[in-house]
Amino acid sequence: MRKAFVKKLTELVSNDEKIYLLTGDLGFSVFDDFRQTFPNNFINMGLSEASMIGAAAGMAMEGRRVFVYSIIPFVTFRVLEQIRNDICLQNLPVKIIGVGEGLTYGTSGPTHHAIEDIGIMSSLPNMVVLSPGDPIEVEKLVEESVSLNSPCYIRLGKSSEAVVNLPDSEIRIGVGNIVKCGEDLAIITTGNMLSTCFNVSKSLESEGINAMVVSLHTIKPLDEQLLNALAQKVKHVFVVEEHISSCGLGSRIAYYYANRNSNVNMKCIGLPDSFISTYGKQEFLRMKYGLDEDSLKREILRCIGRA
Amino acid sequence: MKTQELEDISAEVRRQLLLMHATSNESHIASSLSIVEILVTLYFEIMNVDPTNPQNPERDRFILSKGHAASALYAVLAERGYFDKSVLNSFAQDGAKISVHPERNSVPGVEASTGSLGHGLAIATGIAFSAKKDEKKFKTFVLMSDGECEEGSVWEAAIFASRFKLDNLVAIVDKNKWQAYDRTDTIQNLRLLQSKWESFGWNCKEINGHDFDELCSTLSDLPFEFGKPSVLIADTIKGKGIPEMEDKMEWHYKSPKMPDIEKYMEFLR
Repeated sequence: MRKAFVKKLTELVSNDEKIYLLTGDLGFSVFDDFRQTFPNNFINMGLSEASMIGAAAGMAMEGRRVFVYSIIPFVTFRVLEQIRNDICLQNLPVKIIGVGEGLTYGTSGPTHHAIEDIGIMSSLPNMVVLSPGDPIEVEKLVEESVSLNSPCYIRLGKSSEAVVNLPDSEIRIGVGNIVKCGEDLAIITTGNMLSTCFNVSKSLESEGINAMVVSLHTIKPLDEQLLNALAQKVKHVFVVEEHISSCGLGSRIAYYYANRNSNVNMKCIGLPDSFISTYGKQEFLRMKYGLDEDSLKREILRCIGRA
Repeated sequence: MKTQELEDISAEVRRQLLLMHATSNESHIASSLSIVEILVTLYFEIMNVDPTNPQNPERDRFILSKGHAASALYAVLAERGYFDKSVLNSFAQDGAKISVHPERNSVPGVEASTGSLGHGLAIATGIAFSAKKDEKKFKTFVLMSDGECEEGSVWEAAIFASRFKLDNLVAIVDKNKWQAYDRTDTIQNLRLLQSKWESFGWNCKEINGHDFDELCSTLSDLPFEFGKPSVLIADTIKGKGIPEMEDKMEWHYKSPKMPDIEKYMEFLR
């Protein structure tokens, strides 16, 4: 996903010199070409995340389209008030790019995990929150984000995310991406769980279950039209995310349905409300927390009474 | 403008402040009183601004990083003609556009939303950096409090400004020597502030922040040094102008009462 981001940004900067990339001293090997080709549009701000956000706000006031980049905790939690006051309150079109969604940095431990950021960033008024599911969604959403006149948070994985979408898939901010059709149940997912959910739906076919898979890359604003349609059309809605469910996409969808008195049979599958202090690679941690393909399939079958 | 005229304007601003804080019962009047001469100097003598065209791209920018003193900014903006002085009567009233901390574009002339300390300088560096890139001639001014210099984000921004040689950026530190709950020197021992700024690559001057001659002559010769950002430490008195409020921590919180207004006004004739 990082490569897709840089590739798209390089393309965009070529046509718009007002685009800037500010990084908090991260991007080794990822931004090497970018900073050589566009030295005037690249600033390594050093380890100064708070002033990086403030400076981005000031640059946006003067008509620049600024992307700020770091590992998710450093560019969200650490600078939450700068994001809130300088960017969101002033409604400035700064894009915050966080890498390492979920348990991407599993072995780095809880300081580097990003399992609460959806909740925190979604809580900010004016903020658009994007969590692309694969490199193709990254490219298309980053491109569209440039013309957004509001703050925008884009959370990315790292390097190993499989491509699920076709190159010509239609992907637009605010519109859920139906990756696979199905009428028995719907799996709504966001971010780096997309390929896993897609594989689960394939596996469910062998059980005679036709599952729809939605990549809800836009967490805020929610695609209400799609959620309404799902509530009417399918019996079961599963929301799967590598994030704490109680403050993630699952809770946002549950809030939406609850307020509409939707009679939808919904199940959130994600991480518990706790720090993950067991070290291990992403795959290992997914298995431990039931987010691998086999566990997800079992849980879905159990919930629909087929276990 | 003659010094006497600037002093007359300052007296009028202080009269407005007394009324605004008495009718609203809001705090921070002493923080506002300490920056009156600084703001009057900037808006009437130094900055290139046009109240009839507040969004002019060539205008000098001003950010009040010590946002809790917004009442002084509003009073000076009104006095300068950005909006009708009657707007000041609504200060912090229910449904008002102007209140304790400033919000960007809430009224003409307010450039940034502030209220949490340590934000304004970073925003100003982003503006000043852009001005350099765009080869614009305007300057960016930011007014901070001395207590605010305890915020780490101030020094992050100071590093950035000196790295990019932002000599179109002017920080003014209102050194009124009090912060919310004690003397600034007592809490974090922020003495030798000038050498701190200098060690971060800024050119620093310290003057009497209530003396128009000093303010005008120092600020009309910018930058202090080519290739460096400028910082002016303005030595001030918290609550300046109303003897009962001068250099008293409690006036960070108290507001004047209506029956006392006449008595206070006597000092502003």
